[in-house]
Amino acid sequence: MAITYPIFLFLIFSSLVPILSLYEDQVGLTDWHQQYIGKVKQAVFHTHKTGRKRVVVSTELNVIATLDLRRGEIFWRHVLGSNDAVDGMDIALGKYVITLSSEGRVLRAWNLPDGQMVWESSLHGPKHSKSLLLMTNLIIERNNVVVIFSNGRLHAVSCVDGEVLWNKDFEAESLEVQQVIQPAGSNFVYIVGFAASSQFEMYQINARNGELLKHENAAFSGGFSGQVSLVSSETLVALDSTGLILLVISFHEGKISIQHTPISNLVEDAPGPAVIIPSSTMGLFAIRMNAVTIFIRVRGKGMLEVAEKVNRETTIGNALSISEGQQVFALVQHAGRDIRLTVKLAHDWDDDLLKESIKMDQQRGLVHKVFLNNYVRTDRSHGFRALIVMEDHSLLLLQQGTIVWSREDGLASIIDVTTSELPVERAGVSVAKFELNLFEWLKGHMLKLKGTLMLASPEDIAAIQYMRLQSSEKSKMTRDHNGFRKLIIVLTRAGKLFALHTGDGRIVWSRLLQSLCKSEACQHPIGLYLCPWQVPHHHALNENPFVLVVGRCFQSPDALGVLSFVDSYTGKELSSSNLDHSIARVIPLPFTDSTEQRLHLLIDADKKAHFYPKTPEAIGIVRREFSNIYWYSVEDDNGIIKGYALKSKCNSNVADKFCFDASELWSIVLPSESEKIIATVTRKLNEAVHTQAKLIAADQDVMYKYISRNLLFVATVAPKASCEIGSITPEESWLVIYLIDTVTGRVLHRMTHHGSQGPVEAVFSENWVVYHYFNLRAHRYEMSVIEIYDQSRADNKDVWKLVVGKHNLTSPISSYSRSEVVTKSQSYFFTHSLKAIDVTSTAKGITSKQLLIGTIGDQVLALDKRFLDPRRSANPTQVEREEGIIPLTDSLPIIPQSYITHNLRVEGLQGIITVPAKLESTTLVFAYGLDLFFTHFAPTRTYDSLTEEFSYALLLITIVALVAAIFVTWVLSRRKELQDRWR
Amino acid sequence: MAAIVRLLLFAFLFTAPLFSLGSRNGFTINGRVKIPQGFATKGFALPGRMSNVKVILNGGQNVTYVRHDGYFSFYNVPSGTHLIEVVVMGYFFSPVRVDVSARNPGKVHAALTENRRGLNELVLEPLREEQYYEVREPFSVMSLLKSPMGLMLGFMLVVAFLMPKFVENMDPEEMRGAHEEMRGQGAPSLSTSLPRGARN
Repeated sequence: MAITYPIFLFLIFSSLVPILSLYEDQVGLTDWHQQYIGKVKQAVFHTHKTGRKRVVVSTELNVIATLDLRRGEIFWRHVLGSNDAVDGMDIALGKYVITLSSEGRVLRAWNLPDGQMVWESSLHGPKHSKSLLLMTNLIIERNNVVVIFSNGRLHAVSCVDGEVLWNKDFEAESLEVQQVIQPAGSNFVYIVGFAASSQFEMYQINARNGELLKHENAAFSGGFSGQVSLVSSETLVALDSTGLILLVISFHEGKISIQHTPISNLVEDAPGPAVIIPSSTMGLFAIRMNAVTIFIRVRGKGMLEVAEKVNRETTIGNALSISEGQQVFALVQHAGRDIRLTVKLAHDWDDDLLKESIKMDQQRGLVHKVFLNNYVRTDRSHGFRALIVMEDHSLLLLQQGTIVWSREDGLASIIDVTTSELPVERAGVSVAKFELNLFEWLKGHMLKLKGTLMLASPEDIAAIQYMRLQSSEKSKMTRDHNGFRKLIIVLTRAGKLFALHTGDGRIVWSRLLQSLCKSEACQHPIGLYLCPWQVPHHHALNENPFVLVVGRCFQSPDALGVLSFVDSYTGKELSSSNLDHSIARVIPLPFTDSTEQRLHLLIDADKKAHFYPKTPEAIGIVRREFSNIYWYSVEDDNGIIKGYALKSKCNSNVADKFCFDASELWSIVLPSESEKIIATVTRKLNEAVHTQAKLIAADQDVMYKYISRNLLFVATVAPKASCEIGSITPEESWLVIYLIDTVTGRVLHRMTHHGSQGPVEAVFSENWVVYHYFNLRAHRYEMSVIEIYDQSRADNKDVWKLVVGKHNLTSPISSYSRSEVVTKSQSYFFTHSLKAIDVTSTAKGITSKQLLIGTIGDQVLALDKRFLDPRRSANPTQVEREEGIIPLTDSLPIIPQSYITHNLRVEGLQGIITVPAKLESTTLVFAYGLDLFFTHFAPTRTYDSLTEEFSYALLLITIVALVAAIFVTWVLSRRKELQDRWR
Repeated sequence: MAAIVRLLLFAFLFTAPLFSLGSRNGFTINGRVKIPQGFATKGFALPGRMSNVKVILNGGQNVTYVRHDGYFSFYNVPSGTHLIEVVVMGYFFSPVRVDVSARNPGKVHAALTENRRGLNELVLEPLREEQYYEVREPFSVMSLLKSPMGLMLGFMLVVAFLMPKFVENMDPEEMRGAHEEMRGQGAPSLSTSLPRGARN
C-alpha cells in the first residue's frame, strides 16, 4: 500500500509534465513540408559550363531562386520583402546573379552556386520611371559593366563590387524610356523612349564614361501607345495611339526615320485595334488583335509583310542566339489536349528547327510564358529545352517531346483553406496497397525494440526509419479512427483548387475552376472564400461532400459574384453560377437542410441579404429562424461598425424570394480623427467549448466563462500611428481595443494602451482574446490577454442550489439579457514580430489550449495559454501553483523545442489553420505561405493513445516474464509447502 | 595585413554607420551580423556560411540579406526609432532598436530590446543557440525500470519475494494485531490476503 501510492503519483505526474518537443528521428513521421516559389516572371538559364545545370528564376511573389534543371528542385531561394518586387535579372561573369528590384532602387548580386549575397547597391534618381537592366559585354578598368536605367537616371555599375562607375540624369520632361540597347560590338548604348506621347527621343551615350554622344528626336502627330518591339539593334516597331497604324522607327547612325503602315494594308479584315507583343527578335515581331496573333516580318527599309496569322492561343518566347547571327525563338500553341512547341529561326519563318507535340493536363490551363534554352548534342546539332509557365502558375520543363519535371507553384499563393473528411472504408473503397500480416508486424516491433535497447546495427536503424516514414497507414484514402487522415482543400490565386492528403501532402486532385477563368462576362475573376457546403453526416453518408467556392469578377467590392460547387472527393465542378449581385460577406449559418447542405447568407454591397441554396426547404428554415439571424459590418475607412437583422423581402423589380432587405439595428461610430480600425477578430464558428465553469481552486470559487458566439474584437489606433514603426512618438500614438456584442451593439469592454501601435494580430477563443501589438515606450512587442467572465451566473456557486435545481444555468443565454461581465487582463513582452496567430482546437475542447504563433522568422511557435493567464502573479500561493499558475515574468518565454516547425521555415508565412482530429488530444496544424507545412500537434501530449514510441515487444516480453515468474513462484511455493508439511 | 583590414573596418564602422543622403531625406543603416566561432558548429547555420541570414527592418517593412562578411545595409530609412530583427535558423537574436536622426549623423544609438544592453556599434550577435530537437537519452537500465512495464515487474518482484520475508520476520503478536486492525477497517486489500496465502 505504502509502496503503490508513490508509484501511482509518479505515474500521474510523469504524464502531466508537458513536453511537446520532437526527437530528431521523428521528423517526417507526422509532418510534411513543401517548398514553392510562385509564378515565374523571368528565367535565365545557366548551362554553359560543365557541372550542374541550373535555371535562375524570379517570380511574382518576389522570390529569387535557382532550380536544378534535371529535377526541378530548389538549390537556393531568397524571399525579398513585400515591396521589393524584382524588375530585372541576369547572370554576370558566369557566377553572379544580378537582380534589380524595388522599382529600380536596389541592385543586388548573388553568388550563383550558394545564393550568398555578394554586394548590394542603392540607386537613386530624380523621378519615377520604368526600370531596365542591360548586361553589357563592356569592360572598364577590368570591371564588367551592367547598365541600369531606373528612376530617370542611367547608371553603369561594376559587376564585381557593385560600385556605380558613372550615372547620367534624363530629366527631360516626361521621357518614357522604352528600351536600352547596346549594338553588338560597340561601346555606346542607345536610350530610346517617348516624350509627351507624340515625340520619339533617342540618346546615344558613351558606355565608358556616360558622355552624351547624340540626342535626336522626331515628332509623330498620331502619338504612340503601348509597348515596343525591337527588330534590330537600331530599329523598333511601335503602334500609334489608335492601335491601327504600325510604325517602324529606325535610328541608324543617329538619324531617325519613322515609316507608318496601316495594319489594314497587311491584313484585309483587321478586326480592330492591335497590341504589340513585346519581343526583341531580329526582323520579326508579333501583334495581337482580339484572339488572332499575327507575325510580321520586317524586310529591308521598313517593308512589312505578314508571315503568318494564327487563330489559336499562342505564346511567344524570348529570342535566343544560337550561333553568330542566328536567332531562334519558341512558339507554343494549344491544339486540343496537346500543346505544340515550335522553335523557328528568326530570319527564316518557313523552316522549323523543332516541332514537338506534348500531351498536357487540361487542369493546367493555357501557356502563359515560354523560356527557351539550347544545348549542343553529340552530333553537333542543336537541341532545345523550354521552360513553360502555365495559367495555374505551374512550371514545367519540356525536352525531347516530354515533360521532364513539373512544379505546382500555384500552391505558393493560397487564398483560402478548408478541410474535408475522406470516404468511410467500405468493401471496394479500400485503397491500401498491402496490409501487414502479424509476423511482419511483430518483426517490425522486434526491430524497434532492438533500436531502443541500442542493439541495432546501422542497417537496422535505416530499416526502422524507412518503416516509420513509409507506413502505408498514414496515406490511405479512407477515414481512420483517430481522424488524422483528411483532405486539405486549398484555393489558389490562379483559381485552381487542390486537394492535399494530410498523410504525406500529395495532391489527390486539382482542378482549374472554369468559373474563375477569364471569360466574356467575367474579365478578371478572383477567388475569395472556400466554405464547406455539404458535409454528409448521418443519413446522407453515402453522398460526397461538397465545397463552395466564392469569387468575384474583379477586384472592387461591388463586382458581381461567382459561385462554384465542387465535389471534395473527385474535384468535379458540379455547377457554377454567375450571380446578379455582388458579394461583400459570406456568412455560413448554423442550419442545414435535409441533404446536409449548409445554409449560407451572402451579403452584397447594397446590404441586401441573399440566401443559398435556393431551395423551398431553405426558405422554410429561413422563415422559421427569421428573427434569429443577425450580422454586422465593419467599415474600416469611416470607422463605423453596424449591426443588421433581416427586415423584409427585397423591393426590386425582379421577384426573388431568397433576397431580403436588412434593417440597421445599431451602429458604433468611432471618431475618425483619433481612431482608425486596423483589426477585427471573431471566434471561430465551429469551436467546441467543453465547460462554461472555471474552478478557481484558491478560494474554492467558480467563475463562469462568458461564452458568446457574437463577440467581436476591434482594435483601433491613432490615424497617425497606422503607418510603420519608427515614424511616430509614443505620445501621439495609442491603441484602443473594444469587445462588442454584435447582436445588440453593446460595448462589453474598452481598453486603451497608450504609446502603442499596430500592426495588431489577434485570436479569439472561448472567453478570451489574445492580441499582439507594438509598445513604443518600451520599443518592444507586447502580447495581451483579456478574459471575460459572466457575473450574473456567479451566484450559482452553492452546490445545494445546483442539487435542488434552483439555479439559472439552464435558462437560455441571450445577448439581450444584458448580463454583467467582468474582464481580467494582463500584458507581457514578446520578442518577435508576428505574421499570424491561431489557437489549437480539439474535438471536444477538453484539452488545454496552446497558441500557435507565426513569427517573423517564418517559424511556428507553440505557446501554452497558461503563460497568458491574467491570474498570473509574481508570487503565486501554494494552491495556485498546484492549479498550474506560472509565476509572472515580464516577457513570454521562447523555448526552441516548442517550435512545431522544428528546423524548417514556412517561408512567406500567411496563415495557420488548426483542425481538430477525432482524437481529443490531437489537433492538425496546417501553416501556409510560400511553403506548406503540416503536422499533428498534441497540446498536452497524447494522453489518449499510445505514442509511436510505445514498444509492443517490450510489453509482450514483460507479460511473458510475469507468467514465467508466476509459474516459478507457484512451483517454489508448492515445494515450500511440501517441506512445511514434512516438518 | 589583417590588422590593417580590421582597422579599416573599424574606421568604416565608426565614421559611416549612419550617413545622410540628402536628396530623399533618407538615411542608411549599416551594420554587421556576427556569429562567433565559439558557438558549436552543430547548428543549422555554420559560422562562415552566411547565405541565409535575413535582416528585417520594422517587422517586414524592408528585408535584406547579409554579405559574406556579415555586413548589411538598409537604404532610405526615414529618421525615427526603428527595430531591426535578425533571422537565422539555429540562433536566437534579440531585436535591436536603432535611433536614426539628422541631428547626430554618424553615431549609432542602438540597444538590444531583450536585455536593454546598449551597443556602440551595430554588430549583432546571437544571444544563444537554439536546439529544436529534444536530445534522445541513451539507453539505460534505469529508464527501462522506470517505464510502466519495469515498474510492474519491480512491484511484482517486491510482492513475491520481499513481502513474505517481512511477514516472516514479524512478531506473531504484532501480526495478529495488524490483522485485527485491518479487519476493523474493513478494507480487504492485497496485503491482507497475500500473507495468509503465503502462510498456509
